[in-house]
Amino acid sequence: MSGLGAVYRKELSDNFSSFRFVILFALIAMVSFIISYMAGVSLKENLEGVAKPKFVFLMLFSMKGALFSLVEFVAVFGPLIGLVLGFDAINGERAHGTLVKLLSQPIYRDAVINGKFLAGATTIAVLVLSVVMVISGFGLTLVGVVPGVEEVLRLAIYVGISIFYISFWLGLAILFSIAFRSVATSFLASVALWIFLSFFVSLGASVVANSVAPVEKREGADPETVVANAQIKEGVSLLSPMFIYSNATATIVDPMRKTTRSFVLMGPMEQISSSRFQNPLSLGQSLVVVYPHLAALIALSLICFAVSYSIFMMQEIRT
Amino acid sequence: MEPQTIIQTTGLTKRYDHQTAVDHLDFQVVEGEIFGFLGPNGAGKTTTLLMLLGLSRPTEGTATVCGLDPERKAMEVKKIVGYLPENVGFYGDMDAVQSLRYIAELNRIPGSEAEDRIHEVLKLVGLAENGVKKVSAFSRGMKQRLGVAEVLLKQPKVMFLDEPTLGLDPDGAVRLIELIQSLNQERGITVLLSSHHLQQVQKISHRVGIMIKGRMVAAGSVEALAREKFGVGEERFTLEEIYMKYFQEV
Repeated sequence: MSGLGAVYRKELSDNFSSFRFVILFALIAMVSFIISYMAGVSLKENLEGVAKPKFVFLMLFSMKGALFSLVEFVAVFGPLIGLVLGFDAINGERAHGTLVKLLSQPIYRDAVINGKFLAGATTIAVLVLSVVMVISGFGLTLVGVVPGVEEVLRLAIYVGISIFYISFWLGLAILFSIAFRSVATSFLASVALWIFLSFFVSLGASVVANSVAPVEKREGADPETVVANAQIKEGVSLLSPMFIYSNATATIVDPMRKTTRSFVLMGPMEQISSSRFQNPLSLGQSLVVVYPHLAALIALSLICFAVSYSIFMMQEIRT
Repeated sequence: MEPQTIIQTTGLTKRYDHQTAVDHLDFQVVEGEIFGFLGPNGAGKTTTLLMLLGLSRPTEGTATVCGLDPERKAMEVKKIVGYLPENVGFYGDMDAVQSLRYIAELNRIPGSEAEDRIHEVLKLVGLAENGVKKVSAFSRGMKQRLGVAEVLLKQPKVMFLDEPTLGLDPDGAVRLIELIQSLNQERGITVLLSSHHLQQVQKISHRVGIMIKGRMVAAGSVEALAREKFGVGEERFTLEEIYMKYFQEV
C-alpha cells in the first residue's frame, strides 16, 4: 500500500511521544491499580468458606469492588481513549497546513486514514493489554490466584473485543475530524455522540419499551407483554455500542452469568434449585452468545470507515 | 529541438456553488522555464495549482502535466511534481531532518539514499547547521527554505511554488528567489512560481502570466507584454507597471 507504512510509523511514534498519551497512560495506570486493589480485597471476603470456587481469576476483572469493575470501566470510559486519540486526526493536519503537503506526496488518500487508524488501534491495544497485565499481576500477588488455560483464553478474547470496541470510537472520531473543519467542533461532536449513545439510549430504551408494552407489576403480568417489553428494550439498546460491548464481554468474563435471568419469573423454590445447580457456560457456548454482538461491533466500525472514505475522497483539499 | 510542453491546460474551469474560481483557463509552460504566475489574491491561482496536482477536480476542461492527466494519473504526477503550498505547515515537534525523512519515506526513497539526499538538500537551501533544530523554533524564512528542501528531496521535474516569498523580509525573499533561479539553471527544473514580489519575478522569469478573476488575461515574456500594452520594450516599464495596467483594465 502506497504510503501506508510511512504514515503508520510516523503516527505511532507521534502517539507514543505525545503528551496526550502520557496523560492517558497515567489515568489508565491509576484506574488499574485501584481496580485490582478493590477487586482483590472484595474477592478475599467473598471467597471465604467457598469450597471450590470456579473462575476466580476472571473475577478480578468482573467483580465490582467499591466502585466499578474493569469491564464496566472500559465499557463506559474506553470510548474516551478512542476519541482522544482520533478527534484531530485530519482537521489537525489541516489546521497546521500539513495536509496539502502530505497529500501532494505520491500516496493514496486512504493511506492517510488507514495509517492513522492503525496507529491509533495499535496504541489502544498496548493500553488495554497493559491494564490487563497490571491487574493480572496484582491478582497473582495480592490474592494468589493462578489462571487456568480457559481463563487465559477468555481473557485474550476479552482483550480482543475491547480493542475492537475502543477502535470503533477511534474510527468515529476520525470520521468527525474529516467532517468538521474545526478541532474543537469535532471533539465536542464526538463527546456528545458518546454521551448520547452510551447513556441516553439505554434510558430511552426503557422509556420506549414501557410506553409500547407496559408491564404494570412483576407478579402475574401477561408473559407475552413481558417478553415484548424485554425485546423492545433490547432492540432499542442495540443502537448503543456500549450495550453491544457489555453484552459481548459479559458471558466471556463471567461464565456464570445467566443471560435470561433478568426477565424470567421464578418462584422461591425454583430459585434455590437454579442456584444449587449453577454451572459455568463453556467457552464455545459463550462464543456463540457473543458472536452476534461482535459482528455488530465490526459492522459499525466498517460503516464508520465507509463514510469516512467517501467524505475524504470527495473533499476539496485547499488548506 | 522544440522544448517539450510540461503543463498544458485547455478550457480548465472550476466552479463552486456560486462563483467561478477558474474560468476557461488556457496556458502552457514549457520545459526548463520559470513561469511567473501573477494575479491578485483570490484570482484562482491556488485552485489552478491544486487541479494540476489532482487534489481538486476540474468542473470542465482538461489539464496535462508532462503529458499525464492529473485526475487519472495523480500518483505519477505527484511523483514528478514538487508542490510548495502557500503557508506550508510543518510538524512542530519534529526537527528538520526528521521532517525530511518523513517526506522521503512517503516518496519511498530507500534509507541510505534518503540520508544522502537529506544532507544535500539541507546544504542547498542553507540549513545544514539547523538539521537537528525543532521546526517550531524556525523563523519564517527558514521554514520556507525547509519547504523548498522538502520539495527538492523527491528530485522533481517540475516545481509549483505558491507564494514562497510571502511574509519574508526583503533579504530573505531575494535569497529564496536566487535559490529558485539557481535550481532552474543548474538542475533544469521547470518552475511555476506564483508571487506578489513582481520585481523579483521579473528578474528570474522567462515568461509571466497574469491571472485576474479566474482568467489568464495575458501571458508571455515581460518584454512582449510591455510592447503589447505600451508599444515599447521592457526597459522602459517594470512588470509592476504592466501588471497595474492590466489590473485596471479588467
